[in-house]
Amino acid sequence: MNALQHVRLGTYYVAQLPEQDDFEFWRDRARALVQCDVPPDRIAWVPPGGNGDLFTHGERRAPVPPADAAMVRASKPFIQLARSAICHSDPDRFALLYRLLWRHQANPKVLEDRADGDVRRLDELARHVRRDIHKMRAFVRFRLVEDEAAQGGESEEHYVAWFEPEHHILRANAGFFTRRFANMRWSILTPKGSLHWDTQALAEGPPAERADAPAGDPVEALWRKYYASTFNPARLKVGAMLKEMPRKYWKNMPETSLIPELVAGAQAREAAMVDAGSIEPSERPDTLDAIASAIHSCRRCPIGELENQAVMGEGPRRAALMVVGEQPGDQEDLAGKPFVGPAGQVLDRFLQQAGIDREQTYVTNAVKHFKFTQRGKRRLHQSPTAKEIDICRWWLEGERALVQPRLVLALGASAARGLLGKTVSISRVRGAAQMLEDGSELWVTAHPSYLLRLEGPAREEQERLFAADLAAVAERLAELAQ
Amino acid sequence: MDRPKTSSGTPHSIMEKLAVLADAAKYDASCASSGTAKRNSAGSAKGIGSTEGMGICHAYAPDGRCISLLKILLTNHCIFDCHYCINRKSSNVRRARFTPAEVVDLTLSFYRRNYIEGLFLSSGIIKSSDYTMEQLVEVARSLREDHHFRGYIHLKTIPDADPQLVHQAGLHADRVSINVELPTDAGLARLAPDKDARGIEGAMGGMKMAIKQARDETKRFKHAPRFAPAGQSTQMIIGADAASDADIVGKASRLYDGFGLRRVYYSAFSPIPDASAVLPLKRPPLMREHRLYQSDWLMRFYGYTSGEVMQATGDDGMLPLDIDPKLGWALKFREQFPVDVNRSSREMLLRVPGLGVKAVNRIITSRRHRTLRLEDVGKLTVSLTKVRPFIVTVDWRPTLLIDRGDLRRLLAPKKEQLELFAA
Repeated sequence: MNALQHVRLGTYYVAQLPEQDDFEFWRDRARALVQCDVPPDRIAWVPPGGNGDLFTHGERRAPVPPADAAMVRASKPFIQLARSAICHSDPDRFALLYRLLWRHQANPKVLEDRADGDVRRLDELARHVRRDIHKMRAFVRFRLVEDEAAQGGESEEHYVAWFEPEHHILRANAGFFTRRFANMRWSILTPKGSLHWDTQALAEGPPAERADAPAGDPVEALWRKYYASTFNPARLKVGAMLKEMPRKYWKNMPETSLIPELVAGAQAREAAMVDAGSIEPSERPDTLDAIASAIHSCRRCPIGELENQAVMGEGPRRAALMVVGEQPGDQEDLAGKPFVGPAGQVLDRFLQQAGIDREQTYVTNAVKHFKFTQRGKRRLHQSPTAKEIDICRWWLEGERALVQPRLVLALGASAARGLLGKTVSISRVRGAAQMLEDGSELWVTAHPSYLLRLEGPAREEQERLFAADLAAVAERLAELAQ
Repeated sequence: MDRPKTSSGTPHSIMEKLAVLADAAKYDASCASSGTAKRNSAGSAKGIGSTEGMGICHAYAPDGRCISLLKILLTNHCIFDCHYCINRKSSNVRRARFTPAEVVDLTLSFYRRNYIEGLFLSSGIIKSSDYTMEQLVEVARSLREDHHFRGYIHLKTIPDADPQLVHQAGLHADRVSINVELPTDAGLARLAPDKDARGIEGAMGGMKMAIKQARDETKRFKHAPRFAPAGQSTQMIIGADAASDADIVGKASRLYDGFGLRRVYYSAFSPIPDASAVLPLKRPPLMREHRLYQSDWLMRFYGYTSGEVMQATGDDGMLPLDIDPKLGWALKFREQFPVDVNRSSREMLLRVPGLGVKAVNRIITSRRHRTLRLEDVGKLTVSLTKVRPFIVTVDWRPTLLIDRGDLRRLLAPKKEQLELFAA
C-alpha cells in the first residue's frame, strides 16, 4: 500500500508547537509526517505564539501513518544535534530539522557531508545553543535574600538570579543548576520563564522581569574587589575578554562595571612601574669608566638621594682577584676610593700577611653609595637593606663582567648577598669555594670592620679565622694561576 | 640586616586581605577547572557543588584571562627570596594572612552565588614547609568534609613538605601542582636561590607515582579513594632569564614525558611592583608566551615532536614572533607541501597551516562523500587565504605560490595598530 494514499493530494500541514523547545512534540509529529511521505515544503512549523493564522486551510492534526509504514531512521548524532538546535530562537529551525530528517531517510550519511548547506546550518544552530547554555552556566549571578519567615519558623535563605538567555535554553539547563546547587533554595528568573528549586523539587514559573529579582548582595563588593585584584595590569587583552564575555552579558554581572577604569588605569600603572626602575638593563654601560660616571647619577634606591658620592671599584681592568666589601664608609665617601678608612687598613694588613698584592686586586663594594644617618656632625654607618643590595647588584655584575676575575672574595654578609642574591651565614659558608654562574669561584669571609668591633679573645679568634680565609684564597689563586 | 618594613599597616578586614592575597596570587597562570572526575550534589541534602568535565570560566578580566577559580594565597608572608616573585622576603609589599576558616567561608560564599568553579589555593612559606602545607590541606579538608563541597580544588604543594601531607593534599584536591619556575637549573639557582631543581623534580616524580598508584587502585576497587583526578601541572616563567624558546620547549617536553603532567603553563614575566634589580625591567613580548602555547598545542594535539617544534626556531633558538610556529615549520619544510586534501593522511593534513583539528576532522568525514574542491575546503575552514598555498584540491594546485620567496611576507598577519580602548 502506498503511504501517499493516506495524504490527500495537496494537503498543507500545520504543526503548531506547544513549547519553544519541545523536542518530543517535534519528533512525534515529524515521525508521522515522514511515514506519510509528506515532503518538507508541504509543512508549516509554527512556534508558540507564532502566526499560524496564515495557514487557516492547513491540516492541523497529525496524519495517521499506515500500519506497515517503514521505521523512520535517525542517527544518534542527528538526534543529539537536533535536541540542541531545537532550543535556538531561529523560527525556521523546525523546518530545517525536518528537511534534514527527510534527506536522512534517502541518505543516512547526509550528516557527514560537512560542506552541505543544511548540515552546516544545523551545526551552527547547535553550536549557538551550546554556547548560550555554557554562558548561562558561567554568567548567572545569584543574589541572597532572606525570605519572610513562615509562621513561627525562621527566615530562609533564598538565592535569586536574573538572566537573559538568547535562546530557549532555560529548561535544558535546569539539570546543571539542580545538580550543582542541590542544598540551596534558588530561583532563576528570565524573560522566557523561570525556575524554582526548593532543595527537593524543581518548579517552572512564568516569564519574569528584572524588577522581580533582588537589586544587590553585600558579597558582591568582595567579588568586585577580587575581580579588580586578580587582574594583571601589565597585560591588557581587551579583545580576548570581549570575545568570551561579550557586552550583551555585562548588564547582569556585578563585576563588569569596573572594566573601563581597570583598562584606563592599566597603562598608567605599568608605565609607573617601569619608570620607578629607571634604567633598562640593556643600557648598562660597557666600560668601567662609563660605569664609574653612571653610578653617580644612580637613584634606583634611596641611598643615592643622600648627601654622598658614589664610590667606584679600584684596581686593574683585568684582575684575577676581586674583593667585594659592603659599602663605602665615611672616609671612603669623602675620598671617593674604596677601603681607605679604618677597615681598609685592617684589610691591607691581612692581605699583605697572606701575600696578596692589593695593587693587583680589584677592590669594590656591593653597594656603591654610603648609607648613613646624621647624628650632629657625625655620619653614622647604616647597613643597606637586602633590597638595596639587590638593586646595586646590577652595577656589581657590570664590574664583574668587565674585570672577569677568576676568584671573588666577599667580605661580610652584604657582599655575599650582592654576589649570590641570597643571604647566607658567614660561619656556614666560609672556608670553601662556591661556583658562580660565570664559572668563577666565590669565597666568603667576615668583613674587616667586624674585627674592629670585637675585643679581647673574641677578636683574636676572629682574626685567626680571617687570616686563615685569606691564606686559603692566596693558595687557591696560586693554583688558578698555574 | 634591616628587615624591610611594610609600606603601610597590616590589613585586617576580609576585604583588605582579599585584595592583597588575590593580587599576590595572580601571577600563577593556571585557571583550569576541567578534566577532573565527574561528580555532583544531586540527591544529597548537604552537598554543594559539581564538576561535569568541562571547566567553566565565570568571568574574564581585561587581561584576557578567564576567572574560573578563586585564586588566592593563604598568606604572602614568605621566608624564601625568589627574585621574580612579588612576595619574596626582601620585597616591600603589604603582607596579609587568611585563616583556613576565612578561605573556606569565602570560597563557599562565592560558589553559592555562581562566581566560581572552586578554589586555587597557594601560599608563601611561613614557619616551615610542613606548617604551610598543613594549613593548605586543612582548607581543602574542611571544604570537603565539613561542608560537603564537591566543586574544584587546586592546591599548590610545597616542594619539600612531608610526603604524608602532600598525599593528604592529593586526597582532597582535584589537581596539585608544583612550579618548576624557570626553564633552566642555572636560572633557578640565580633567581630562586632558596629553591632546588632536584627537590622540585623529586616532588613531581613522587606525585606522579602516587597518581598512578591511585589510578590502578580505582580500577581494581570501586571504592578506592580518588587521588588528584585532574592530575598535576606546573608553570614556567618566560623572559626572566636567558633561556631560549628551544630550551623552554625542550624542558616542557621532558616534563610532559617524565612526570605525566597534564599541563605546562607559561607565564610571561610581568614587571612586578618593587621588583628585584636582578630582573629585566621590561616584560618580554606577550606574543612570545602566545607562541610558546601554540608550540605546546602542536606537541599535544598535532603530533609534532619537541624536536620538530625546535626546527621552527631561528638561529637564536627563538620562535618567530610575527608568524605562528606551525607556519614557521611549513615555510622551512616546503618540500612536504602541497598536501592533497582528498588523499593525504590525517597526520599530514594536521601540518597544513590554517587547518585545525576540527577542520581536519571535517575534511576527513566530508571527503568520503564528495571530492573536495577549493570552495568546499573554504566552507570547512576559517580562512582559505592561509591554507591555499599549502593544499591541492581537484581544481586547485598552488604551483606558483609554494615556491615564492616572499611567501612569508604574504602570509604573516598585517601589523595592526593596537586598539587599547576597543572595549
